[in-house]
Amino acid sequence: MGFLKMQPINTFQAKAVALPIENIDTDQIIPARYLKVTDKNGLGEALFTDWRGEPDFVLNQPYAQGAGVLIAGHNFGCGSSREHAPWALQGFGFQAVISTYFADIFKGNALKNGLLPIVVDAPTLARLTEQCLANQTIDVSVDLENQQVHVAGETISFPIDAFSKHCLLHGVDQLGYIQAQETAIQAYEASHAARVNTVGA
Amino acid sequence: MAKTLFEKIWDAHVVQAADAESPATLYIDLHLVHEVTSPQAFTMLRERGLTVRRPAQTLATMDHSTPTTPRGADGIIPVTDAIARKQLDQLIKNCSDFGIPLYNLGTENQGIVHVIGPEQGYTQPGMTIVCGDSHTSTHGAFGALAFGIGTSEVGHVLATQCLLQQKPQTAEIRIDGTLRPGVTAKDIILAIIAKIGVGGGTGYVLEYTGSAIRALTMEERMTICNMSIEGGARAGLIAPDETTFAWLKDRPHTPKGEAWDAAVEYWRTLPSDEGATYDLQVVLNADELAPMITYGTNPGMGIPVTGNVPAPSDLADDSQRMALDKALNYMGLQPNQSLIGQKVDVVFLGSCTNSRISDLRAAAKVIEGKKVADGLRMLVVPGSQQVKRQAEAEGLDQIFRAAGAEWREAGCSMCIAMNGDQLQPGQYAVSTSNRNFEGRQGKGGRTFLASPLTAAATAINGHIVDVREIL
Ligand code: SF4
Repeated sequence: MGFLKMQPINTFQAKAVALPIENIDTDQIIPARYLKVTDKNGLGEALFTDWRGEPDFVLNQPYAQGAGVLIAGHNFGCGSSREHAPWALQGFGFQAVISTYFADIFKGNALKNGLLPIVVDAPTLARLTEQCLANQTIDVSVDLENQQVHVAGETISFPIDAFSKHCLLHGVDQLGYIQAQETAIQAYEASHAARVNTVGA
Repeated sequence: MAKTLFEKIWDAHVVQAADAESPATLYIDLHLVHEVTSPQAFTMLRERGLTVRRPAQTLATMDHSTPTTPRGADGIIPVTDAIARKQLDQLIKNCSDFGIPLYNLGTENQGIVHVIGPEQGYTQPGMTIVCGDSHTSTHGAFGALAFGIGTSEVGHVLATQCLLQQKPQTAEIRIDGTLRPGVTAKDIILAIIAKIGVGGGTGYVLEYTGSAIRALTMEERMTICNMSIEGGARAGLIAPDETTFAWLKDRPHTPKGEAWDAAVEYWRTLPSDEGATYDLQVVLNADELAPMITYGTNPGMGIPVTGNVPAPSDLADDSQRMALDKALNYMGLQPNQSLIGQKVDVVFLGSCTNSRISDLRAAAKVIEGKKVADGLRMLVVPGSQQVKRQAEAEGLDQIFRAAGAEWREAGCSMCIAMNGDQLQPGQYAVSTSNRNFEGRQGKGGRTFLASPLTAAATAINGHIVDVREIL
């Protein structure tokens, strides 16, 4: 399996589970020992693998099976640039993660793969987490076009940059988008030939 | 208008400017590649029938999944892990198919990607540099805009030499004053991250300024920029100056003769202009810094080595209290305890943060004529084959070996524990690397991040000490 061009996403409904831990890093999402793969297969099974050794861990619970949204603690995805992190989350079945903020590289990687990082403020995150923990799961409905999440009777707006939203809604292939700028790239290379480095010389 | 160093580099690399709907397209001068984050990108190229646009602006090495065990009688470093072997072979094939220069395992220039780029003079001021690795921020020490990217983006750069980028904000981290003996660049960056937190730099490029930064050597500057990502920042930058030029001159891939003079002239235009503004400023005083050590499970959980571990009960915020509680539980530490005297099983001297020749020299000086404590394992892992040769020429390997430490081949080693070098569950390590996440150095392993000096002092004492007392 290689790089599928991204499937467009707009609205989806899913069951959410809560993992209220701050600063969940990419080494927890998928430890380095699983990075020796040369494809993307099987990473979902290794998602949070060291925590899954604990019988109490949320993803081990029967109610968590089939969950599509992860309500995490503050600051999700810090650490490594490994794109294996969103691949593993998607491999398990997650389509979105909710947190107060996301590490830059993780966020970029997630958006490129159609895993939606949903940013909410701290009180909202606390409220959603509490409701989810009280009920084990809660049903979430995501509306990307309108940048809204409907959950437990409330509607929460979330931010997303215009370009990423456009790409997700239309399944735009970002590489194709850059390739379409070939003339500009050639012009840049011609005008900067003297400065561009001696690498390889 | 007065511009920052970041703005100058950014502006010089815009292929297509951002507008309300789209990010900017940025030209990439140098693309570094390694075995772990590239295979799926090459697969994508093949599926789409694409070539690598600028193989001569691309350089590959192997470092993450490579063993650091000594060479066999045949001079070859044995790879016994079949999955790792497959990944390494895949890189060899990809580089050969697409015409990319590769520093193959055990060859003379192979090493950790962020050590070899500068060492060979590929890394130069004013460049844009990317790699599928978050510690690409290291190269910012030369005044290059350098940052980590994901595998999809590795594919974008291979195919087009360009990246789509949202413009980050800028922060100035100003450190004036003079470091006290026993306090190092590693302590500066650990103190910064302890101050701003692991998410504090999210969305920013950090520029380190001030007299304490200007006084640092290039290798020390690399240690600082390396860990910018641990504060959540996209990149770290230090303005190029005479120290930078002197370090780069006559490296294999820097310009020579008149081209060198022209390059230096350009590089001198790069530092931030008088009056340039940043979106955020953080100030630290170098005189007040002590050797730092981490107690928890992210790099922001750091204290002066003579300080006490914080107590969850002192924190008002629920989620912070839970996080600290969880970290102390994992680390097997008590609130308010001192780390001085904490018994340690392993000392790891290595990683792209602290595996350069100056790091090995500093540690060797502490260890010379002494023995690694009974029952403690010390691994010394040079950052590159060149660092290894230089250290051997200076007899540093003999000092480490005589003390009872392991002298190993170049690579990431126990920084990432995917190559056979790893902690056993429950073991404590003092490590000169950059991440103390749960399981980072081996499942169940417990990491204290510190400087090479603190690591060396710990190795001979068997427990954590304040290195200032033995200098
Ligand atoms: S030494 Fe560690 S941090 Fe540096 S590139 Fe290797 S694995 Fe990453």
